[in-house]
Amino acid sequence: MCLVEIEKMPPRPQVACGMPVSDGMVVHTDTEMVRKGRRGVMEFLLINHPLDCPICDQGGECDLQDEAVSYGRDYSRYDEAKRAVAQPDWGPLVKATMTRCIHCTRCVRFTAEVAGVAELGATFRGESTQIGTYVQKALSSELSGNIIDLCPVGALTSKPYAFTARPWELRKTDSIDVLDAVGANIRVDARGAEVLRILPRINDEVNEEWLGDKSRFSVDGLKRRRLDRPWLRENGKLRPASWDEVFEVITARMKSVAPGRLGAIAGDQCDVESLLALKQFFTALGSPNIDCRQDGAVFDSSCRSFYLFNSTIAGIDEADALLIIGSNPRHEAPVLNARIRKRWLAGGFTAGLIGMPNQLTYPVEQVGAGSGAIKALLEGTAPFANILAAAKKPVIILGAGMLARPDGAAIHSAAWQLALKYNMLNAEWHGFNVLHHAAARVGALDIGFVPGEAGKATVQMLSGGVDVLWLQAADELDIAAIGKETFVIYQGHHGDAGAARADVILPGCAYTEKDGTYVNTEGRVQYSAMAVKPPGDAREDWRIIRALSAYMGYALPYDTLSELRAHLAVLYPIFSVENGFHRFAGTSITAPAGDMTAMDDAPLTAVFPNYYQTDSISRASPTMAACIAAHVPAAAEAAE
Amino acid sequence: MSAQVEVQTFSFDSISQEAVAKAVALYPPGKQMSAVKALLDIAQRQMARLTGVAWVPQAAMDAIARHLGVAPIRVYENATFYTMFNTKPVGKYHLQVCTTTPCWLRGSDDIVNACRSATGIASFGQTSEDGLFTLTEVECLGACVNAPILQINDDYYEDLDAVRIEKLLDGLKTGGALPPAGSTIGRQTSAPIANQTTLLPANGQAE
Repeated sequence: MCLVEIEKMPPRPQVACGMPVSDGMVVHTDTEMVRKGRRGVMEFLLINHPLDCPICDQGGECDLQDEAVSYGRDYSRYDEAKRAVAQPDWGPLVKATMTRCIHCTRCVRFTAEVAGVAELGATFRGESTQIGTYVQKALSSELSGNIIDLCPVGALTSKPYAFTARPWELRKTDSIDVLDAVGANIRVDARGAEVLRILPRINDEVNEEWLGDKSRFSVDGLKRRRLDRPWLRENGKLRPASWDEVFEVITARMKSVAPGRLGAIAGDQCDVESLLALKQFFTALGSPNIDCRQDGAVFDSSCRSFYLFNSTIAGIDEADALLIIGSNPRHEAPVLNARIRKRWLAGGFTAGLIGMPNQLTYPVEQVGAGSGAIKALLEGTAPFANILAAAKKPVIILGAGMLARPDGAAIHSAAWQLALKYNMLNAEWHGFNVLHHAAARVGALDIGFVPGEAGKATVQMLSGGVDVLWLQAADELDIAAIGKETFVIYQGHHGDAGAARADVILPGCAYTEKDGTYVNTEGRVQYSAMAVKPPGDAREDWRIIRALSAYMGYALPYDTLSELRAHLAVLYPIFSVENGFHRFAGTSITAPAGDMTAMDDAPLTAVFPNYYQTDSISRASPTMAACIAAHVPAAAEAAE
Repeated sequence: MSAQVEVQTFSFDSISQEAVAKAVALYPPGKQMSAVKALLDIAQRQMARLTGVAWVPQAAMDAIARHLGVAPIRVYENATFYTMFNTKPVGKYHLQVCTTTPCWLRGSDDIVNACRSATGIASFGQTSEDGLFTLTEVECLGACVNAPILQINDDYYEDLDAVRIEKLLDGLKTGGALPPAGSTIGRQTSAPIANQTTLLPANGQAE
């Protein structure tokens, strides 16, 4: 379809995509010859393409359909039998209708080159060519959804979204993904009050044009198990309540205990606005007990570069050696993992891993399983030391899960020392990276959502450490460890673990329902936007806190989102610039506090046992449950 | 779609291993994938040798993928692309009739019909009830001079007609061995059927 006419070339259509550009070339893209050529190609493409546009999900956003509008004939001259193939099953995410396939092999190339999981191929030949897996199997890549976007026709469509909507019915909202800490740029497509699908937006600095399957397909979790009204526990059972009722109960409770017995733990998907409001609310109440690290991590976050992905995601393209410590990027940040694979494919790049072996999409040298390997590298005795020493721009990726270990601070400090030893910290390069998996974490650390002076951290707030515990959409902590007598206020959007334990539930918004600020793992400030209204009585999270603060007589100094954001920008200048982003040089001479000798030699196991269900939204998603059943049968059985 | 998995496991035997090593050694390190077609052929011949049926089960393709260190799908692609590899079991004698223009002009339709009536096979791609024969339609075998051609397993039988086909297949049906390959009318390679007509001596008479 890319035929063009080029002056001073033989008088026939030229294939643009295969023609090298040369000096003084004059190219015509719309002449009679070009149109005729393209009409001819179109006719060939349509020979075997079924005319099922009315029942095809691609209709309205189909490249072939668009081309047919421009170059198609008004009738078909073809009256032979059309090719038709059986419909294969590629798992719970991708619906393959291969009769519509035009054999462009984009999906084959994507899975083999970008996703690094070569499962698709072109089998048989000529007229009988089939794109497929040959053997019946579900695609095992965490990026498999992207082939739906890549497919120019309706051969690959989204299985959960099948027959749901036409593209022109959808309201499209640019937003940010919060199901991992990469902060992939997304477009939320909604109709009425329902988010129907999520697609990636191009941002070459962050997610390029890809999106992980969890981020893309968890949308059906957004309308299930939702908290759409306040709830109150009475006689051991939750009952629906009104906002006034719950505010009254909370006020009575909070005022009845000493400020030092109040505590707040923030979850992994909170926007910066609600966290700032919550922090200031607790400061007003006089409580220093706030923590955004619900996994119990305690480490030195006094300096921004201690907890950021300092090389930046795009910076991976420049790195020439990589040491992964206790992380499985394929599960914790699949898009970032694709970036590492891209770097590996370019050549001159070696990756090493300290932790439990896992299947990454590029070869990894196993340096060791426990922290002994870190020590060996610090002493320069491990063979991988030579690779790091020879590298010009080496990077370390430290899994945020490691910081949650009892010896997290020690590993944090040791990893920093490694970076120092192997010349990762200099004026041109900062190779110390923490790979977070919680979208809220960096933003929360940036605004200092950590225990104040003599404040209690997550672990101390559990087991009866506080009398009133505020869970801000925090579900991934050890709920059972919360003290029996502790009064739990849960503000969040899903009826998950936290809500089940709560005494009062304040219904908040999921990320598609509010304008929120998020900071990704590399410290990039990005904004999500409201795509749909929150269900029922649910309200934007910062408004709930603002309302309660006024109810209790500590009114926070902002009434609108813009006031809150202005306030935020004054307090923390990083939020003052639109898409604020600062790439650090590694010249800071301070190192994070932490006693390296305290490292214990337990294997550095990556934090997620599976990729698909890691937060309250994906746990509520039937599609993600189907993925678990297809890919992690043992976990699916355990869940039943 | 998927091949009939009748063979669960596959490993190269000692004869094959030798051939595999030789084939892989032909290519520089890191380019072992180039040997995939040779290995598929070796696997198919091993199946013929050990089970009497020349085909490549999926287990064999997987074994080849492991041996070459590539994704299995890359082997499936090759195996299904080339018609010489049978991804489904075939009969003991794989009858491959050329029906391309030169053979067709010389009567390949008769050959196909004769094969059908002799074996009882209804259409291309099927195997006879006794499991002896599989009939396949192939494109030009490159021996047009001696058309029409029937390839049985590895050998060409040339200058055929319906009568000779039936005789040939009847012989095989009663347990006979494959007759010598080549022309069935005694022609020497692809020399003219009648007399020498070119490169004559100066007197114009054939020797």
